Amino acid sequence: MKFLVCVKQVPDSWAEKKLGADSRLDRAGVDAVLNDLDEYAIEEALRICENSGGNGEGGEHSITLLSMGPDRATEAIRKGLSMGADNAILISDEALAGSDALATSLVLAKAIESSGANIVLCGTESTDARMSVVPAMLAERLGWPQLTFAGELKIDAGANKVTIKRMTDEGIEEMEASLPCVVSVIEKINEPRYPSFKGIMAAKKKTIETRSLADVGVSTDQVGSASSWSAVVDSALRPPRSAGIKVVDEGNGGNELVSFLADKKIV
Amino acid sequence: MADVLVLIDHTAGLVSRAASELITAARALGPVHAVAVVRAGEADAPRAMAAQFGASKLSVIEAVDGHPITPSVDALASIAQASAPAAILITSGAKGKEIAGRLAVRLGSGLLTDVIDVAQDFSATQSIFGGSTVVHSKVTHGAPIITVRPNACEPVASESTPEIVDVTVAHTSSGVTVTSRQAPVKGGRPELTEASIIVSGGRGTNGDFSPVESLADALGAAVGASRAATDAGWYPHSNQVGQTGKTVSPQLYVACGISGAIQHRAGMQTSKTIVAINKDADAPIFELADFGVVGDLFNVVPQAAAGVLARKS
Repeated sequence: MKFLVCVKQVPDSWAEKKLGADSRLDRAGVDAVLNDLDEYAIEEALRICENSGGNGEGGEHSITLLSMGPDRATEAIRKGLSMGADNAILISDEALAGSDALATSLVLAKAIESSGANIVLCGTESTDARMSVVPAMLAERLGWPQLTFAGELKIDAGANKVTIKRMTDEGIEEMEASLPCVVSVIEKINEPRYPSFKGIMAAKKKTIETRSLADVGVSTDQVGSASSWSAVVDSALRPPRSAGIKVVDEGNGGNELVSFLADKKIV
Repeated sequence: MADVLVLIDHTAGLVSRAASELITAARALGPVHAVAVVRAGEADAPRAMAAQFGASKLSVIEAVDGHPITPSVDALASIAQASAPAAILITSGAKGKEIAGRLAVRLGSGLLTDVIDVAQDFSATQSIFGGSTVVHSKVTHGAPIITVRPNACEPVASESTPEIVDVTVAHTSSGVTVTSRQAPVKGGRPELTEASIIVSGGRGTNGDFSPVESLADALGAAVGASRAATDAGWYPHSNQVGQTGKTVSPQLYVACGISGAIQHRAGMQTSKTIVAINKDADAPIFELADFGVVGDLFNVVPQAAAGVLARKS
């Protein structure tokens, strides 16, 4: 089986984020990392391979990371490779700057179509834009079954069957489909490994193939901020909240809290 | 005036409060064409809600495919192609955003998600980066597809008798078979994203959420948790508030033993009133708390819970 895991480099989710003058996320001043939620997708692919013939040299399966982003996204991709993925494709093109989710899904879908992948794994969202729409858009564009928000994933390659437990606020739905399909996984599904020293060293030798838009077969006028189907009109920083009353509990803190709520007419 | 299509959000026929908010918000923008996509026996509550909240038209469509997403995409796409609506509004949640995403691809429409207000010209307000930045955006291509967050407005009833519009839906096959469904486990507490009060626990609970839950129950609140608490396995991931969890904006947010790292603040700092209890007087959560108690949550929180119950009785 050929696993393809979609990953994104995002600003560290523990850092402050702001918009730049161009109404786009200012990525310059923030540490860039592999999107936390994508690590669960990589981990799940690794576990499935490890339990059924392995990946990489001599293994039955392969795991390719697919990303779209600037050249420096290789840093984040390298982390995924050091976890144990085999290689990566980075679609990088100046024309992609400012692309919305629709353009992103178009580019990724084109790359997936030509990759020979049997299954696409994603995290549920990126921690920067947080739209949580790309996996569904990929399924729509590829015409592949959509198995998203998986808290459990089982693949029976012999029977050509993929089963998930979709876990959302709507409850739990057990769903199955045949390959190829698009799967997104939630945080509950596993505990991503830390890259080992051996993994980090091995990742240095793994290939990250950079492709342009032309390589993927998407024209420059289909992507980028000029072709985006939505636009920012204006933006403003919300005034920061200011600290209010602070009391030290000397045995009556809970009661003081209740009095505050009563003054606010909350209780 | 072109209709505003509104998808009525429901789980197995149980309509959400967010659906009534969405119809209320849509009424201000044009005649509302409410759409409910249901399985057998689920139509009653969506139908009643459309009439109670003043929809002008109603289409109830029976899903022929079990997939949670694609039947709604098929229905909205068919109606939009036949009627050229002014906009399509959907509740912002896991399901709603996936429906909106596929619909945007299918219709060739721009998409805005997690919107907190929609203006007359269908420009939308979003609160991004955990509420630190407010953005106004507009869809520039096709009928705008907008997902609106729960709690964005107060639902206001306005009785109507919606005209029933029969539509022909081009059903697609999802390629997915749903083999079982299990309703969400309701602990009797409100939904996190819809709750008007949330009591959350963090590292300071040391894994014991009982005081947090007691205060939540005294206040009729939902229970939230910081990432530290969910990563430690102390509370389910579905209750996580923050950058990688849920974004909430309740009337009152009570943070118990949560230091207030940006990761957590990003999910709750637009709450109307914030109260914090923490042992560490320098915890960053106090910088945004309207009322802070420096102290041990295991003393303060039970006393507060008892105080709330005493006021009620």
